Amino acid sequence: MARFGMVIDTKRCVGCMDCVVACKTENDVPDGHCRDWISQRLQGEMPDLRLTITSERCNHCDSPPCVTCCPTGASHVQDFGKVVLVDHGKCIGCKACLAACPYGARFIHPEGYADKCTFCMHRVERGQMPACVDVCPTRCMHFGDLDDPESEVSRLIATRRHFVLKPDAGTRPRIFYLE
Amino acid sequence: MIELLTTRHNPMVDPTLHVWEWQIPVYLFLGGWVAGSMVLTGYLQRQARAPGQSSVGDRLPWIGLVLISLGMGALFLDLEHKLYVWRMYLTLQPLSPMSWGGWILLLVYPVLALGALATLADGWLDRWPAIAAFARQLQSHTATRWLSLANIVVGIALGIYTGILLSSLGARPLWASAVLGPLFLVSGLSAGAAFAHVIAPDHREQEQLLRFDNLFLMTELGLIALFLIGLLTVGAVHAQAAQLLLGGPFTAVFWVLVVGLGILLPLAIQSLMVAGRIPHTIVAPLLVLLGGLALRFVIVYAGQHSEWISL
Repeated sequence: MARFGMVIDTKRCVGCMDCVVACKTENDVPDGHCRDWISQRLQGEMPDLRLTITSERCNHCDSPPCVTCCPTGASHVQDFGKVVLVDHGKCIGCKACLAACPYGARFIHPEGYADKCTFCMHRVERGQMPACVDVCPTRCMHFGDLDDPESEVSRLIATRRHFVLKPDAGTRPRIFYLE
Repeated sequence: MIELLTTRHNPMVDPTLHVWEWQIPVYLFLGGWVAGSMVLTGYLQRQARAPGQSSVGDRLPWIGLVLISLGMGALFLDLEHKLYVWRMYLTLQPLSPMSWGGWILLLVYPVLALGALATLADGWLDRWPAIAAFARQLQSHTATRWLSLANIVVGIALGIYTGILLSSLGARPLWASAVLGPLFLVSGLSAGAAFAHVIAPDHREQEQLLRFDNLFLMTELGLIALFLIGLLTVGAVHAQAAQLLLGGPFTAVFWVLVVGLGILLPLAIQSLMVAGRIPHTIVAPLLVLLGGLALRFVIVYAGQHSEWISL
């Protein structure tokens, strides 16, 4: 059974926001909301500064607190790809999942349900890549099965230095950033 | 130095999380108050009393029904997808305290309603003989014992769940404490005892409730100390969250409203009342209720403000 994840090369990412625009277009994300976004972290002291640009979204964690806290089962882990999804028809809009997510990856859709990145499952099920991965002009984003040692994402993680966001939160995120 | 810039701008999430407003603290306060009242009702139902002697335990179930309905009303107002609320009751999610809470609330109503029915005098029910017969059965010694046990068990479950609800959301370091459950339960017991003291018809009961409340207030102080010590010693992220109450934007309201006016001052006044130095007054119980409400507001608002330190 596949376990989808993403690898993003911070050496290549220029923060152009194509991934953000592609997601909004592909998923009809309402105005004033976003399922993915760009963050820039400036670290160090002058003159030794380091700028890291990251394209961020739901981390589809292996231990997703948004799923365990959900009172209706609307937030769930889908069998195919072990992707974290929200069943809009079950969501009551209690916002516990928003409070439980250490990444701030969820928001309330204007229609009232919790919304977030789906890894574009509707595209992946057709054999396509997520929209953000597809449009990236620097090819910094990679998507695939983390459980398949031969997949591109597994090989990148095995051979390159990488980090995940907020590892201490204990959610075991599945988006890896190459250093 | 770390400077973080983000293009994200989602409502309720940025710049800091603010998904819950007044509705949730009000619900947690009213739920805790009802929980405390139920535990006290259960205790008072087990007390021997002379025939015809009235007890505040007869009034608390009625008030509990009103308070829990107001609380659930506030909870409903908070939901963003209101028409789907019935989805709560098609499932029990074993790992979700909110799911457990939904079912506990369903238990609260029948326990309170049966307790209320048992307090009705025959005259009230003359027009409904079947209900009158049922009410008389509820007044039997055995039924009273069972109802008392149900009040205590469901009351404790309701009181603790309101705290665990927050502490299970581990992404908010301020809430990541097992002490929140007992703290909210004891705060609810304190609110319940304070209010029951005001409406108690019997002086002996008033004295008893005052002593209980003083005990609850002292326990609450101890639990607040444990809560802060736990946060300060468990790690950097939690220690930073504790600073919200120890030098941050919520410090003044926490120490003045919750600890000072909500616990220490009423404890002092009520100690003097118990000692017979001053007459009974509703000032202290009102301060206890104010402090309980302020506690929920501070914990809910400050908790949302706390977050895991970024990479």
